[in-house]
Amino acid sequence: MKKIYSVLVENRSGVLCKVSGLFSRRSFNIDSLAVGETDDPKVSCMTIVSSGDERTLEQIEKQLNKKIDIIKVKTFEETASISRELMLIKVKYNRNNRRDIMETCEILKADIVDMSKNQMIIQICDIPEKITLLINMLQSISIIEVARTGTLALPKCIDTEA
Amino acid sequence: MLGADAMIKCLEEEGVEYVFGYPGVAICPFYNSILNSKIKTILIRTEQNAAHAASGLARVTGKVGVCAVTSGPGATNVITGIATAFADSIPLVCITGQVNSELIGSDVFQEADITGAVESFVKYSYLVKDANEIPRIFKEAFYIANSGRKGPVLIDVPIDIQNAAVKKFEYPTEVNLRTYKPTIKGHAVQIKKVIKELSKAERPIICAGGGVLLSGAEKELRAFAEKYKIPVVSTMMGIGVMPTKHPMYYGMVGNNGKPYANRAMNESDLLIMVGARVADRAVSQPDLITENKVLVHIDVDPAEIGKNVGASIPLVGDAKHIFEDFAKEEFSCEHGEWIITLNHYRDTMEKKRKINPDYVDPAAFISMLSEAMEEDAIYVADVGQNQIWSCGYHIVKNGRFLTTGGMGTMGYSIPAAMGAKLACPDRQVVAVCGDGSFQMSMMELATMRQFKVPVKIIVLKNNCLGMVRQYQHFTYQDHYSVVDLSGSPDLEKLAMAYDMKFMRLFTMDGVENAIREFLAQDESVLMECVIDPMDLV
Repeated sequence: MKKIYSVLVENRSGVLCKVSGLFSRRSFNIDSLAVGETDDPKVSCMTIVSSGDERTLEQIEKQLNKKIDIIKVKTFEETASISRELMLIKVKYNRNNRRDIMETCEILKADIVDMSKNQMIIQICDIPEKITLLINMLQSISIIEVARTGTLALPKCIDTEA
Repeated sequence: MLGADAMIKCLEEEGVEYVFGYPGVAICPFYNSILNSKIKTILIRTEQNAAHAASGLARVTGKVGVCAVTSGPGATNVITGIATAFADSIPLVCITGQVNSELIGSDVFQEADITGAVESFVKYSYLVKDANEIPRIFKEAFYIANSGRKGPVLIDVPIDIQNAAVKKFEYPTEVNLRTYKPTIKGHAVQIKKVIKELSKAERPIICAGGGVLLSGAEKELRAFAEKYKIPVVSTMMGIGVMPTKHPMYYGMVGNNGKPYANRAMNESDLLIMVGARVADRAVSQPDLITENKVLVHIDVDPAEIGKNVGASIPLVGDAKHIFEDFAKEEFSCEHGEWIITLNHYRDTMEKKRKINPDYVDPAAFISMLSEAMEEDAIYVADVGQNQIWSCGYHIVKNGRFLTTGGMGTMGYSIPAAMGAKLACPDRQVVAVCGDGSFQMSMMELATMRQFKVPVKIIVLKNNCLGMVRQYQHFTYQDHYSVVDLSGSPDLEKLAMAYDMKFMRLFTMDGVENAIREFLAQDESVLMECVIDPMDLV
């Protein structure tokens, strides 16, 4: 089972270390981790994707809540949230496969953001499955390097009363 | 006013009476300022024991224990003591000196990243970067340490911050932490659910852990158990919640506990687990405490509920508040047959010991000793076979039983007993250790002598590491490895060196008189009891 934790933390030095230390100390998995400031510069948001059985996922939430630098822990299933990940992928191309790559990018709504005579960087911002799909599609040509942000997520919008 | 003066002022505001510690350059401004205060300092002989002594004091007073050590090795030495307090949820504030803040990170002399090193053993830690923050940080540290699930908090103070000027000292009256609001009061709906289950239950039982003592809920729990005739068992950390001879008390559970206590817990149809972590030594088979029964789990730390075992009724809150709320409910429950069954178990299932008449029998000795101890005496057990015998045969009246159940840190008993004795000079304090654990803390005999702390010490001497030897006996078929302690000092000569009264028992002959004499002394006494090295717990 997978779960997404959106964790608001005090924007202080050492907090990332405390959170990641908690995961390693209790052998919880981190599938991905993304950190950034929120609209309040004193608060950072960590989006952590983790997997495990139900009890583990519940423990992660409880243990996170115990940390004094953590302000709020929100959890949601992938289906109840909008999640996105950004990836930059550098590939080697030649005249024969250039067209194919461009078509793949078009289908998967990825952009070519930089290129040289035989290398190009492709950018994609999408749900994690699409990112994996693009990697799979590009596997047949040679991938030089990959950089991913990790998943960012927010719960889906709901109608609130006025 | 300097940062160091502000630190002392904060301790005074918190009502701190004793600071246990060991100085070094990085904490010298603090120890310089403390001379202007009424706070008493105890120079412990190794930093780990500063934390243990503070722990002993905290456990008998309910106040936060304080220790202060220097940077680098001073700070790293105290880690085991902090980890011990963390495992048993004991409130401590540990102050460490640190190198000049501008030099942090450059690996200068006696620099250690102590906040980083203790991260998984503290409830929270601070690295002070501005002397003006000292009052707020200390206020928060004491509050965090002694609220919710209690535990150690570390404050690392660089030497330049201790020497920096503080503009205006104002000790905050309140703590405002948006991220820390422990749940104290139990949820009303959950409380009703528990009461409903209790009125239906045929075989209810309460299992009390250390959390009951930490919240000071013994009276409330006892009154509730007595009123509704609910049997009580305890974990090792919960020993003392009920007097050992209380008719509703059925002993300690766990693999080192009483067989009838485990049977009672497993055969119940409603188990109220309160302030207990359901850790492996108390509950080796979690499925047995959920099978065919309703499990109510009460804990102030929501993360403990469901960590090791799934509860049917989780109830987050402080034990004292929850038992006060239970007491407000009106209900009736009938389970006379269950009590008869449990009494039968208790009368017939006591483990038979094989006694070697050539030695002191530790079990009988501990029973006799505790019978002779005062009503409110404090008994501190160390770690090893001595701890298991203490748990099994010490008779708690209305005193306290202290031991380290979570971490099992050898050498705990002597410093913890010192802390307890300093806090309660009028109470009898006895530390019981083995010859292994005694030697881990025997340097503190000097501290006892210097500060006149009349702790009484029993050493159960068998010339080996008994608990490990016993494990090797069963697991490796008597293939003994690294358990022989035959190089140990002659304790009589050692006692003489420290100006201590010494007594020795070889067999059970004259035990009663010896115990009477031992307990009658006003100053500290060291009593050696020679026990059978082949004895098993």
